[in-house]
Amino acid sequence: MPIILDKVNYVYSDGTAYRIQALKDINLQIKEGEFIGIIGHTGSGKSTLTQLLNGLLKATSGHIYVDGEDIYDDDYDMKKLRNKVGLVFQYPDHQLFETTNFEDVCFGPKNQGLDRKTVELRAFEALRSVGFPEELYYQPPFDLSGGQKRRVAIAGVLAMKPDVLILDEPTAGLDPAGRDEILGLVSKMHKDLGITIILVSHSMEDVAEYVDRIIVMNQGSVMFDDTPKEVFSHYKELETVGLAAPQVTYLVNELREKGLPVDTSATTVKEAAQAILAALR
Amino acid sequence: MNRMGIIKAKNVVHEFFRRDEEGNVEAITTALDHVNLDVKAGQFIAILGHNGSGKSTLAKHINALLTPSEGALWVDGMDTMDEEETIPIRKTAGMVFQNPDNQIIASVVEEDVGFGPENIGVPTDEIWKRVDKSLAAVEMTKYRKHSPNKLSGGQKQRVAIAGVVAMEPKCIVFDEPTAMLDPNGRKEVIRTAHELNREKGVTIILITHYMEEVVDADYVYVMEKGQIVMDGTPRELFSRVEELKSHRLDVPQATLVADELRKAGLPIPAGILTREELVDAIVNVSDSERI
Repeated sequence: MPIILDKVNYVYSDGTAYRIQALKDINLQIKEGEFIGIIGHTGSGKSTLTQLLNGLLKATSGHIYVDGEDIYDDDYDMKKLRNKVGLVFQYPDHQLFETTNFEDVCFGPKNQGLDRKTVELRAFEALRSVGFPEELYYQPPFDLSGGQKRRVAIAGVLAMKPDVLILDEPTAGLDPAGRDEILGLVSKMHKDLGITIILVSHSMEDVAEYVDRIIVMNQGSVMFDDTPKEVFSHYKELETVGLAAPQVTYLVNELREKGLPVDTSATTVKEAAQAILAALR
Repeated sequence: MNRMGIIKAKNVVHEFFRRDEEGNVEAITTALDHVNLDVKAGQFIAILGHNGSGKSTLAKHINALLTPSEGALWVDGMDTMDEEETIPIRKTAGMVFQNPDNQIIASVVEEDVGFGPENIGVPTDEIWKRVDKSLAAVEMTKYRKHSPNKLSGGQKQRVAIAGVVAMEPKCIVFDEPTAMLDPNGRKEVIRTAHELNREKGVTIILITHYMEEVVDADYVYVMEKGQIVMDGTPRELFSRVEELKSHRLDVPQATLVADELRKAGLPIPAGILTREELVDAIVNVSDSERI
């Protein structure tokens, strides 16, 4: 399900003294089945962008085409858009509210008007695909650890069978193993289900490890839109906007400055180790 | 009493009870299981551990938000079980939490920072002096008249820290202060913690998931299932890569690269923590091979 953004602008509090232009002339094409990372410092427009994509916010001007249809056409069914584009928020506590984990996951498909049997089948399927332990299905969500809460929140969106899954900082506050588990899960869903994944993240290391394409937001505009290697080769420019490259990218660049013929395109630990070994041999 | 560290925990146990609708105990969770800790004044201590390992429960014991079910914990010689000491303990040990939005209450930065001292009856002149000093300490003086809502995450967290500094605590506990921040915000907060430690001699206890933030600590504890399972200097700990991973933790990326290179047969020394150390080690290897 391709998405095209054409000259999209978004302005908060327009016409008042607090007017803030959160997005400026955004042009983007998101192809079916892509795994995209969006990075940008706090206030760069990342969250506004994700909320436009599933229709929670309406662009001040410009057009968004989903599957070839303009979502701002008068006869476009916004409900359809929200079924296609699922959004998992940063704080799972804001998203979980039912009495049991299972009921919580049922909420989305139930709202889609499906019959009870289909709803329950979808919930089982979703909880299983996020690796949620069965003995916790009928427990309240409030006793869960941060990692488990995120799994339930993701399952709740998956149960609606979206074509595009947007995750806003899904690993904030998780321990390293929990972070690897959630990102591994997202990556597996991308491969197995073939859905488009958009990952909003503050962790350059995570983005470098998992995504195929990075969109860098700065002051409401797209600053870079390319592969991780290309984007992180601009690490000095990224620093000027409050971002950074993965630690290993700095490492290979520092070695290069010391005169070692190291390939400086490494963005992951494995690539860096290989580049260093190649340079020394 | 004088030789006791600023924070001393002796066999601290903490149990949470879950009750059903009639109030009968359904389940007991042991969040802290015989924890011993001895932190000397002026130290920079880090506590690592995965979600649910008991780190935050321990942190809450240090300013008497929770008290031990068994064992005892002293803050600057005061027993946290003694209710009369609760207020002095909270003045001694301040807390900075994960989400700055939950800690900021006033609509102007300087008022937020002055809220704590005002609450404990500090005279007005003195409050303003403390606000000036605290904002300067976290380098937020130029935002003093701003609304906290318009600040970045890192700036908000620094305002929250200033609010704690204004209470003039001897010790500050940071409970995952950078979990919600972007890379710049993370750097700002950790730098501020180190400056408070170095320049004002404040004892720091930093609870975090980010291994890179731990490398400059004096001493590190690792928690698992309510117990302290590893402890040592950062260099000692991060040379035990596999063991850390078994506790659901990680090591800094520089240490991982060093590990990979060593496995491939390069003579890189163990215990590499920072990028600078690794760069030097690799340059050494390449120089010796050229000869």
